[in-house]
Amino acid sequence: MAGAVQHDYHLVNPSPWPLIGSIGAGMTAIGAVAWSHSGDGGLFGISGPWLFLTGFAVLLITMAGWWRDVVKESLAGENTAPVVRIGLRYGMILFIASEVMFFVAWFWAFFGAALFPGAGDPIILTDGTQMLNADGLPAYLMNDSRQHITGGMWPPAGVEVLDPWHLPLINTLILLLSGTTITWSHYALTKNDQKGFITGLVLTILLGIFFTFLQYVEYNEVLLYGFGDDVERMFTYKASLYGGSFFMATGFHGVHVIIGTIFLIVCLFRGLAGHFTPERHFGFEAAAWYWHFVDVVWLFLFASIYVAGNEGVFG
Amino acid sequence: MAGTATNTAEHHDDHVPSFFVRWFFSTNHKDIGTLYLVFAILAGVIGGAMSGLIRMELMDPGVTFLTSFTDQNLPEAAQLDAAKNFYNVLITYHGLIMIFFMVMPALIGGFGNWFVPLMIGAPDMAFPRMNNISFWLYGASAFLLTLSYFAPGYGEQLGFGGGWVLYPPLSTENITGPSMDLLILSLHLAGASSILGAINFITTIFNMRAPGMTLHKMPLFAWSVLITAFLLVLSLPVLAGGITMLLTDRMFNTAFFDWTAGGDPILYQHLFWFFGHPEVYILILPGFGVISHIVSTFSKKPIFGYLGMAYAMVAIGFVGFIVWAHHMYTVGMSVNMKAYFTAATLVIAVPTGIKVFSWIATMWGGSVEFKIPMLWAIGFIFLFTIGGVTGVVLANAGIDHALHDTYYVVAHFHYVLSLGAVFAIFAAWYYWFEKMYGIKYNVFFAGAHFWLMFIGVNIIFMPQHFLGLQGMPRRYVDYNEAFSLWNHVSTWGYLITLLGVLAFFVGIAASVLQRRKGVANPWGEGATTLEWTLPSPPPFHSFNELPKIK
Ligand code: HEM
Ligand SMILES: [Cu+2]
Repeated sequence: MAGAVQHDYHLVNPSPWPLIGSIGAGMTAIGAVAWSHSGDGGLFGISGPWLFLTGFAVLLITMAGWWRDVVKESLAGENTAPVVRIGLRYGMILFIASEVMFFVAWFWAFFGAALFPGAGDPIILTDGTQMLNADGLPAYLMNDSRQHITGGMWPPAGVEVLDPWHLPLINTLILLLSGTTITWSHYALTKNDQKGFITGLVLTILLGIFFTFLQYVEYNEVLLYGFGDDVERMFTYKASLYGGSFFMATGFHGVHVIIGTIFLIVCLFRGLAGHFTPERHFGFEAAAWYWHFVDVVWLFLFASIYVAGNEGVFG
Repeated sequence: MAGTATNTAEHHDDHVPSFFVRWFFSTNHKDIGTLYLVFAILAGVIGGAMSGLIRMELMDPGVTFLTSFTDQNLPEAAQLDAAKNFYNVLITYHGLIMIFFMVMPALIGGFGNWFVPLMIGAPDMAFPRMNNISFWLYGASAFLLTLSYFAPGYGEQLGFGGGWVLYPPLSTENITGPSMDLLILSLHLAGASSILGAINFITTIFNMRAPGMTLHKMPLFAWSVLITAFLLVLSLPVLAGGITMLLTDRMFNTAFFDWTAGGDPILYQHLFWFFGHPEVYILILPGFGVISHIVSTFSKKPIFGYLGMAYAMVAIGFVGFIVWAHHMYTVGMSVNMKAYFTAATLVIAVPTGIKVFSWIATMWGGSVEFKIPMLWAIGFIFLFTIGGVTGVVLANAGIDHALHDTYYVVAHFHYVLSLGAVFAIFAAWYYWFEKMYGIKYNVFFAGAHFWLMFIGVNIIFMPQHFLGLQGMPRRYVDYNEAFSLWNHVSTWGYLITLLGVLAFFVGIAASVLQRRKGVANPWGEGATTLEWTLPSPPPFHSFNELPKIK
């Protein structure tokens, strides 16, 4: 047991980042609550966005500092033994798996509404008539208010939806194309073709930014003209079933696209600095995996929310 | 091997950093494990004090006790309201603290961190720095939880009192203060911490086992943490989504759970319990692992049916994902759904039975030594089995219509948790105390601890079965006088348990004062896993040279 280290694992030196990052995360969270309650007295005397923004800045600094350390260790050859690189792969795959499960929740919410827009069975009284609810409307066993809001169909009555075959289709093609450019880039890297590697990567990044731009255009359109009545409800009084599930699912996807794009941009700079070799380029590979993941999530969003949902496949 | 320990300490790789760097910037699995254990003990004390207030209030019918914690200048009706809110807040935070801040940090963060690398012969966790952010995110999360406790929730009243499950509409419409928002974000941080920790464990176990240690030779505790970690990675993000919906319903006018706009509060229950049921196995599986080692060590026999034990946990983990709606039988689901969830839930009893019978079969014919850890382990088997059996009763949708939200359910989950999981924690504590800290525990106080707690918790929770069967609802501050006898008894049980907890702390103090030096393997031939090959305490970096497994 004694003596020099005789294994290839990466024993990391003590690091301030976990503690600083956690403080940043805590400040961000508390700041978000204080900010959102600014209108009704704030939180323990704190109001306004300053705590949130400070915390967020601490988080960004942590990420930059932490990853800079990782890159340094990689350049110094500390975390590059084969066994360590396998470990990094496990880590990334599991992280993506947890992200997938996060999207499961949003799809669950969407399908729960889209597949069951109606109320189920009516409540029939002993005299054979249907029971009335508190508002004097016919009552149903479950979700009777949903029946009255959606009219029992999806998309809900009165909601004007986006045409899936316009911007959404273009966006689908953009992401699919970006999936091929990132693969080109990776292939070129393994063949030591630096020029192809950079070109493919730059194209992927541009496609990613273009996707985000088109989503912005689409959101703008929705926010201006609304989903018919629906958006009015969303901004005037309380909530919207269709708009909520649409914006949250596509919005979280959009955030992931932006994160993925930043990840790729970092890889571009690292690539230009010559950090990646045909044999060793896990940072880039992780970014590529992540990119494929956001791509696949989009395909599911497109197929279920835009196509099947908006075209009335669910009824 | 123990003889080489001094040698190791001098080597520069075994250099121990200065105090601040060591405990705040740590990248060492043993130190981080100790941090988790300290954290869990603190949380346990706070959560335990809360349950004390709850039991004191419930000792007699009427709102009798908690009013003394309210502002005495208020009119009586307002004092009563404040006391009721306080009660609701207490049960909510008691549940959250015990589950997220006591059992999980103790079993997974504490013992998992300490012993998974040692048992598989790895020098540390796969991602030591990430290991530390798992811990400190827990700190941030606990800080938010504390703030939430003191922030306005329901009107002017402090804290969120809607129960640990955070069901809407209580958590969206009724309790509008910042307390609830803080609570949601606290759970987000705790969730992020656990997901990162789980990724770390899976990678460590898959990638860093000592040469020759195939999965089928791996100690059962490592197996149990592996399966737990998978449950965490796959279930926690769904909870994160669900509570994010709570947040957007509160802040951004979405309508996921708002039925006046077509949303569906039951959706939240599905998302919650899709996480919640795997969560209960997250709480108990590491305990299963611990108990297997202890039973085998003190019976001086290898565990009966090793592979069956490992795959029983795999089966429990798998089936655990498809039974969640047994917590929701009374929401108005169709008979077909109830039939399915009843059947699926009953299936879990099979692998659970395999575990219990294999522990007994391990003891059978062994030369059993009733050392302290073994007492806790046998206590665990007894109590967990009672809890498992009441679980099977509740699994029947028809019966559950009568028992749901009564004290019968409270008794069930306290038998599996406060008695099952907590007994596993104490078993692990006494089993590994000497290994971790290099001194022997005080046998007298450890024994007193066990017997007081064993008697105490049974007196607390056994009568709650009777109360539930008589129809006493859970989560209410007051009750009909007909229930007073067993409530009275239950509170006396709490006081006995409190003495037991006292013995625990006195025992720690006594063992620190006595400083009886520990040995590498105090348990003898029965203790066969790798951690017993190292000195007690193990050197700062455990395996600079990897052990080889035949
Ligand atoms: C044989 C295994 C088990 C079965 C069949 C089972 C079944 C059930 C059922 C049907 C309920 C819902 C009762 C109701 O609300 O009406 C329940 C509640 C509960 N069970 Fe179990 N259970 C089992 C094991 C466990 C274990 C091992 C744990 C944790 C270590 C656990 C923790 C809980 C908790 C915390 C609740 C209550 C949640 C709440 O409503 O606040 N159970 N169990
Ligand atoms: Cu369950």
